[in-house]
Amino acid sequence: MNPQPILPAYGLIAEFADDRALVDAAKRAHAEGYRNIDAYAPFSVEGLSEALGFRKDRVALIALLGGVLGGASVYFLQWYTAVIDYPINSGGRPLHSWPAFIPATFEMTVLGAALAAFFGMLILNGLPKLYHPIFNAPGFDLASRDRFFLCIESRDPRFEMQETRQFLERLAPLKVAEISN
Amino acid sequence: MSPAISTPANDINESRLQVLKGAYSYASISDKISDIVLTRPTHWGWVAAFSLCTALTLLFVVAMAYLFYKGVGIWGIDIPVAWAFAITNFVWWVGIGHAGTFISAFLLLLRQKWRTSINRFAEAMTIFAVAMAGIMPILHLGRPWFFYWLAPYPNIMNLWPQWRSPLVWDIFAIGTYIIVSILFWYMGLIPDLATLRDRAESRVKQIVYGLGALGWRGEARQWRRFDTAYLLLAGLATPLVISVHSVVSFDFSIGNTPGWHSTIFPPYFVAGALFSGFAMALTISIPLRAIFGLKDFITERHLDNIAKIMLVCGLIVAYSYVVEIFMAFYSGDEFEKYMVLNRMRGPYAPIYWVVVLFNVVIPQSLWFKRVRLSVMTLFVLSIVVNIGMWLERFMIIVTSLHRDFLPSSWGMFYPTFWDWAILVGSLGAFGWLFLMFVRFLPAISISEMRKLVREKKEGEL
Repeated sequence: MNPQPILPAYGLIAEFADDRALVDAAKRAHAEGYRNIDAYAPFSVEGLSEALGFRKDRVALIALLGGVLGGASVYFLQWYTAVIDYPINSGGRPLHSWPAFIPATFEMTVLGAALAAFFGMLILNGLPKLYHPIFNAPGFDLASRDRFFLCIESRDPRFEMQETRQFLERLAPLKVAEISN
Repeated sequence: MSPAISTPANDINESRLQVLKGAYSYASISDKISDIVLTRPTHWGWVAAFSLCTALTLLFVVAMAYLFYKGVGIWGIDIPVAWAFAITNFVWWVGIGHAGTFISAFLLLLRQKWRTSINRFAEAMTIFAVAMAGIMPILHLGRPWFFYWLAPYPNIMNLWPQWRSPLVWDIFAIGTYIIVSILFWYMGLIPDLATLRDRAESRVKQIVYGLGALGWRGEARQWRRFDTAYLLLAGLATPLVISVHSVVSFDFSIGNTPGWHSTIFPPYFVAGALFSGFAMALTISIPLRAIFGLKDFITERHLDNIAKIMLVCGLIVAYSYVVEIFMAFYSGDEFEKYMVLNRMRGPYAPIYWVVVLFNVVIPQSLWFKRVRLSVMTLFVLSIVVNIGMWLERFMIIVTSLHRDFLPSSWGMFYPTFWDWAILVGSLGAFGWLFLMFVRFLPAISISEMRKLVREKKEGEL
């Protein structure tokens, strides 16, 4: 066997039994001055992202832009094809008969906004990303079942292996572990 | 939770009507739902249903193949009744889909907690129902291989779609509807696929579910964006449902055929869609909870609530029937008046009266709590409404077409074997897809159920 190159640890992880303990721990870590903190939960925990100092998610703005783009482009398409490129007298109606253009415009607004919300969420979340060092954490498969985790990354300027470990121990977790990179 | 006087009977009702029964922890609820997919042996009920549905799906495939080979002449349609079973099936299937979206989107916006354990399979019901619906107009086309001519794309014929036609609106509405439904459903599945990935024992399952989970980690920021996007999709899907069935009703009401050309059609169709869709939700959830032992999650409370919504939608449908009759006479239009009388007394009169019986009279039993809490009665009732709503669409389409303005062009429609084969086959294919879904994906949202467990623990439920 070749000797494995020694990489610096990805960070330290503390395991908790319930969501309240995790939110408290996240608040205290943030108050302590740590900024590269991640909290993992098996369901969406209220107030957890705020405890990490994350307030604006921008998904709604992306969805708005997607909706406007979808609606405007299909309205333009209808106008261009019905008035400019392929004008047909349909029962004496005006070529630019806008009320008839509304259904397709509405549907494409919804579609544009929905696609933007879905893919915007994925891209901002950095997904798909099948490998992540956090998956190396011992017992991390329980993060999708019944356990709550707080991770302080080693790239945090305040990260010191010993001190950070002691800090995490003081939060009364079930256990603290090091994550290999 | 209010009752001051606690009689034993009251207590029993209260416990039966919980949103979540039993004492579950995050772990046990995760295991219970994911084990259906991962470890539990196949139930004989599933195997029996699957065999039947596979046979019917094969019939569907044969019927479609013969249709493509021979043409629409194998059906009973002809002039004047050129629309019949295929269009009836189309409207019926789209309508069924709407209840799924209503449960998953509209009830989410209203913060209805009982939605949590039924939204996943209701969304699956939507997708498969809309898939069946989407096939029907294509089968109905004389030259189905040109169906894409409805879509606007630059082509060497230098043609563009006629934007003033409701058939073009239809393809936009149905297309958007199926894409948004799939996005909504898949997005809700991502955290659950991560649970399956982490709990699966076999390498193949780990890889397949892992790919589906896209590397979901359940990080707080991920959850936050997920919640926002999910809420946005719900907010978008709610008006979408209304618009889709309104557009479906435009297919009729834009035409000047007696019995179709009416402004009540959009709300009438939307209410009818929810009516039959909630009936189908009952038809599916009652065997589902029995076969997979999900009675703690899909409780009598859920069935009770679904039945109440059915009752409301049924009353709107009944109101629409009355308004149709009133407007025909109020308009003074000879053809409208004749159309109503012909429905009641003409050759298709039995269908009209069965529709009234199945959609108006029998559902009134839902006023009684005893009926709403009797699972078997609800199951039978849901099938009655499903049949009634299919016949209603058949009545609207066929009785209006078969006798329009000129008596010399009147005619009759009689279904052939192939008409029935397409209808029954689509039911089989729908069931087949649904059974596959139940076996390979979590039929109940695991991550949302954990949240429900938490709320129960905190006494917020």
